[in-house]
Amino acid sequence: MQLLKNKEIIENTWQYLAIDQAITNGDILISAQRWQQEKTSLTTHTGQLGIRLLASDQLADIVDALPHVAVIDLYITDFTDGRSFSQAWLLRHRYQFKGEIRASGDYLSDQVCYLARVGVNAFQPNNGCNVKKEINYLNDFSVHYQ
Amino acid sequence: MYQYNHSDQTLVNERVAQFRRQTESYLKGELTEDQFRALRLRNGLYIQTHAPMLRVAVPYGVLNSTQCRMIAHIARHYDKGYCHFTTRQNIQFNWPKLEQVPDILAELASVQMHAIQTSGNCMRNTTTDPLAGVAQDELEDPRPYCEIIRQWTTLHPEFDYLPRKFKIAVSGSQHDRAATQFHDIGVHLVRNEHHEIGFKILVGGGLGRTPIIGQVIRPFLEKQHLLSYLEAILRIYNLLGRRDNKYKARIKILVKETGLEKFTALVDQEWQCIKNTLLLDEARLNEISTHFTLPAYCHHDAAYDFSALGTQTPAFTTWLKHNTVAHKVTGYRAVVLSLKAPNTPPGDLTDQQLDAIADLAEQYSFGEIRSTHRQNLVFADVKEADLFSLWEALQAQHLATPNIGTATDIICCPGLDFCSLANAGSIGITKEINDALDDMDYLHDLGDIKINISGCMNGCAHQSVGHIGILGVDKKGVEWYQLTLGGSSDNDAAIGERLGPAVSKQDVTQAIITILEVYASQRAEEESFLTMVNRVGIEPFRERVYATA
Repeated sequence: MQLLKNKEIIENTWQYLAIDQAITNGDILISAQRWQQEKTSLTTHTGQLGIRLLASDQLADIVDALPHVAVIDLYITDFTDGRSFSQAWLLRHRYQFKGEIRASGDYLSDQVCYLARVGVNAFQPNNGCNVKKEINYLNDFSVHYQ
Repeated sequence: MYQYNHSDQTLVNERVAQFRRQTESYLKGELTEDQFRALRLRNGLYIQTHAPMLRVAVPYGVLNSTQCRMIAHIARHYDKGYCHFTTRQNIQFNWPKLEQVPDILAELASVQMHAIQTSGNCMRNTTTDPLAGVAQDELEDPRPYCEIIRQWTTLHPEFDYLPRKFKIAVSGSQHDRAATQFHDIGVHLVRNEHHEIGFKILVGGGLGRTPIIGQVIRPFLEKQHLLSYLEAILRIYNLLGRRDNKYKARIKILVKETGLEKFTALVDQEWQCIKNTLLLDEARLNEISTHFTLPAYCHHDAAYDFSALGTQTPAFTTWLKHNTVAHKVTGYRAVVLSLKAPNTPPGDLTDQQLDAIADLAEQYSFGEIRSTHRQNLVFADVKEADLFSLWEALQAQHLATPNIGTATDIICCPGLDFCSLANAGSIGITKEINDALDDMDYLHDLGDIKINISGCMNGCAHQSVGHIGILGVDKKGVEWYQLTLGGSSDNDAAIGERLGPAVSKQDVTQAIITILEVYASQRAEEESFLTMVNRVGIEPFRERVYATA
């Protein structure tokens, strides 16, 4: 599966592990809930760590993970739920998170320009074919007010 | 008025290109109905009963003659020759073709207009006082702040997918003519004890199914913090507003369920983190204000003497009394163009009327037109010496019905005739009331009466704050109407009290006539309808309406 990161298409090396799947080596994404439950062992994980954040998750629950993770994956199950946009903004501006903020799931390709502006720098659409067009959609607007 | 710079124009042009692509994708089957719905709504496009409906933004209700001619052109070429002005000062077209909407938006962009964020769960057009800049009771012109808010809300990347729609209104006057107490955020220019001008911020007001009066969240906000404070409110709302039930998703419900005190604390906590990062500096404010400098008024030593004209033409005197408003500059008045002529749906104008209005605005009012919350238009700067000839010209266009502020100056939604949400007709009821109240002397004797008619609970015509509110409801496929009395969206904001059981369609007009008769027969001297309702309550009205119904 391909991924759009910093306006370049790259291979996605990350694997999401559901709460009932054993932790494996390599680049893994886990839920905010799992971070809460297993944070002690997860900080010694071999490989990179990322957290998948749902719109309904509380940022406060994963703030202590930020020094340990390379990716926050905003997993969008409903593109009309705008909480992910505020989560991204807070991660970048309030918590100064410097790692990758990824949007994945059911977001619209037409939303990438907004997502990029609130701090998302990687996109993993449900339909992998959309990756190419999303490079162009990032340029929908050359000016903005905010 | 505000003139686009290169960036403003680029943004609007790029939005047109984006929507053209989105429309093409949808027509090719690359976007689902649900996906395209969210995108088209953010460009003002609804799918309605008969055809799409396109809502065009009129930022804070200000149009120039060139724009007005473009609206006429669009009505003529893409619609059935008319358009409709809404209670939020915008314009709706009821018959555009979906595939032509990108072309319409491109035409609008050519005159610095757009339909961005006129629907959908995002920040909508900011509204204000149609007498901004000319009102005698004005503390400061609200339009520069409206423009600053317009820019900040436009394509805001974080707040385009809110729990529900979000509306902001700004007032700069003592008398609130923008219904700010019934907006998600109300902004009032006020002076504090140190004589500094800043903002009183209200939050959580709204109409619709659950009408609630906004509460003061911050009694005084320094001007420089306007945008950071708005951002703090929006961020809290975006994160905490309910998304499980669309009828409980407005900020008014969040404020109510959280409690004002706790909500205020949440906003303040957020605001403290950002208040110094988004400062509105003096230079920026001055730059925007230069777009709203006063026109080149002629000097007059005294008000114009109308006595001679009045004797010859009493109809002019009547119009002068009801359809013009005092101006802060001697020798000028603001003129309200009545979009409530009998036999015309309230708020509707034809292409030919729009062209005439554009010409008259250039001739008499510096080429500027304002739309009002009550679905009329205003020429804000007319020389008193020109009023007679303007009146004659407006009469020829059926725009001089002397009914402003009277019982036939009705706010009315499109209702069942056009809207897919409606349960009942509203335009037909308005016409019936107009027919029944065709005696102008009686109408003027009744005085200030605001009747608002909505065809469903969504309350687009603000029936809950009408002095008389009429709400269309569906009872097993039949249209019925609930009546309320005593609502107000002015300073004395109030939500109307229900009179009793809903009345049938054939009885509703008689019920209104009866209500007015009770008022006419029982009022104290000089007592307005609203004052009397507040004094006697609804009982005398209830008795008579249900005795005859």
